[in-house]
Amino acid sequence: MAGSLVARARPARSSPRSGPRGRVRKTVELALLAVLVVAMLFPVLWMLETSVKENRDVYAVPAKLVGFDLTLAHYRDVFVGPSGGASDLSVALLNSVVVAGASTILATVLGVPAAWAYSRFTLRAKKDQLFFILSTRFMPPVVVVIPIFLMYRTLGLIDSQLGLILIYTAFNVPFTIWMMKGFVDQVPSEYEDAAMLDGHTRFQAFRRITLPLLLPGIAATAVFALIFSWNEFVYAIFLTSSREVRTAPPAIAGLIGGTTVDWGLVAASACVFAVPVLVFAYLVRKHLVAGVTLGAVRR
Amino acid sequence: MAGIEITSLHMRYPDGTVAVEEVDLSVRDGELFVMLGPSGCGKTTTLRAVAGLERQTSGTIRIGDTPVDDLPPGERDIAMVFQFYALYPHLKARDNVAFPLRAEGLPEAEVRRRVEDAARMLQLGPLMGRRPQRLSGGEQQRVALARALVRRPRAFLMDEPLTNLDAEQRTDMRAEIKHLQRELGATMVYVTHDQVEAMSLGHRIAILNKGRVEQVGTPMEVYDRPASLFCAAFIGSPPMNLVDVEVADGALRGPGGIALPVPSGLPDGRPLVAGVRPEALEVTAPGTDGAVRGRVASVEALGDETIYVVECEGEHDVRVRMPPTARFAADAPVGVRHVGGPPPVYDRDTERLVA
Repeated sequence: MAGSLVARARPARSSPRSGPRGRVRKTVELALLAVLVVAMLFPVLWMLETSVKENRDVYAVPAKLVGFDLTLAHYRDVFVGPSGGASDLSVALLNSVVVAGASTILATVLGVPAAWAYSRFTLRAKKDQLFFILSTRFMPPVVVVIPIFLMYRTLGLIDSQLGLILIYTAFNVPFTIWMMKGFVDQVPSEYEDAAMLDGHTRFQAFRRITLPLLLPGIAATAVFALIFSWNEFVYAIFLTSSREVRTAPPAIAGLIGGTTVDWGLVAASACVFAVPVLVFAYLVRKHLVAGVTLGAVRR
Repeated sequence: MAGIEITSLHMRYPDGTVAVEEVDLSVRDGELFVMLGPSGCGKTTTLRAVAGLERQTSGTIRIGDTPVDDLPPGERDIAMVFQFYALYPHLKARDNVAFPLRAEGLPEAEVRRRVEDAARMLQLGPLMGRRPQRLSGGEQQRVALARALVRRPRAFLMDEPLTNLDAEQRTDMRAEIKHLQRELGATMVYVTHDQVEAMSLGHRIAILNKGRVEQVGTPMEVYDRPASLFCAAFIGSPPMNLVDVEVADGALRGPGGIALPVPSGLPDGRPLVAGVRPEALEVTAPGTDGAVRGRVASVEALGDETIYVVECEGEHDVRVRMPPTARFAADAPVGVRHVGGPPPVYDRDTERLVA
């Protein structure tokens, strides 16, 4: 009865779209979307253009949207210093890779087993513990940057990659636990029960059965953790200063503020900075979609 | 195969919830033993404690002659079948069945031989190359059964294995499990909330309620003489009619004057409740000798039988099971009378069987 009602309602609902009114509506929708796309993507397009313009075209008035000379000199300057050798920016990009990569791996290694434990075991005051873990993310980072700075000075972690890795890990672990707990909850614990009865220890059951099933979730969570670490600016600028340690966000920001600003170099380094995260997200896109939609379908 | 002894099992979770108050059970070697009860009665927790998946707060569990309290699940030599099948989704059916043997480290030739045996026994042949998501619920559960029996364990634990199947598959699988159990002479502990399943499968049934055992007995024992009002209401569909009675004129008298035979050994001066099965009553023409007056409130014609709900005088509804040849219309005035031997009688305060 209900099924036949739904079946009859469906063509009725979609019929306005196929008529002439539907076509008009579709055209209007598309036009609106096109305007939105241009407005949203214009800064990106402008950045890409600026990164391949000659300096005189960058400063040209009126601005040249088309018909400028192409150059890759800015991209060379991102990687090669004025006196040859590695540029400051290339060192900063490498630092970013190390810091973001290490903190993401660390947060995943610590957060996934924790999430599994919170999902599987009955613990005293579990909800309170989980709330406490989440509460560390309530505060904006800038609020605690001074105390962290003082602590780090005492511990000798100022201006070190380890310091940045630890603070980013501390911020990513709560997030990883919360997001991964959702994924672990979706994997029936009976799999582990069965594996344990089949002769595995609890940890072997986790590693051999549950962990492979969690990979999409881990990939999705790691992408978010990586993006956070990769983009982080406040701690990076407060806790690091030297060329050898500084990550890309403060290094790129440092390009602006002299008497003249080399906008071509700023745009080129911003483009280079955006690439790794895009590539990573693209590589794990299947997992990302699977991860984001996991649990949307009743098993 | 081996028997299972559960002694004074008590189970309390760290958050203070008591899942099992006190359970003593003795499962005989080669027996199909059913634990029956509503959700939250502690039956699954008890089973998981036997499996070693939960650690009891106190009490002991022995499988055969071995106390297993300190053994991890893998060393208890038991197999379990779950409600959600729990087939490893990334392995084909064949590898799922082989999994416990490979975990044990058996040589591959032996693994293959035993897997083929199990597949033949459960007629899984063409399904063995498929992954679980390409199998129906019933097929998945048969693969899960095969995985349980390849190990030749000392006992099988079944945690509501048929609950997720549709009605037809459930009947088929019930027959299959019963057949397998007899064939292998296996000790099997079977948990269910479905009393039909319990009655049709079990050699003996334990009825659990609020973490305690209410009754242990053969299906006919628990059907004919439920040990408490809880069991009386739980076993049988439609359930027993529970009628407040008192002894008068050499009979048990219920509301409206319905008369029941008095069982021997009734205690004096206690408020009593009689448990009358629907088939121990009879709908008659109004005014028949020994019948109380009533009115047919509803008629459920099930084909092989008809269930009448009769509103007796004294505003008391009783359910009566009649053969399909009985024809009484809804709202018709009728009589109801008791047939057969004395019913079980309960103390209304303690809710236990007294005679």
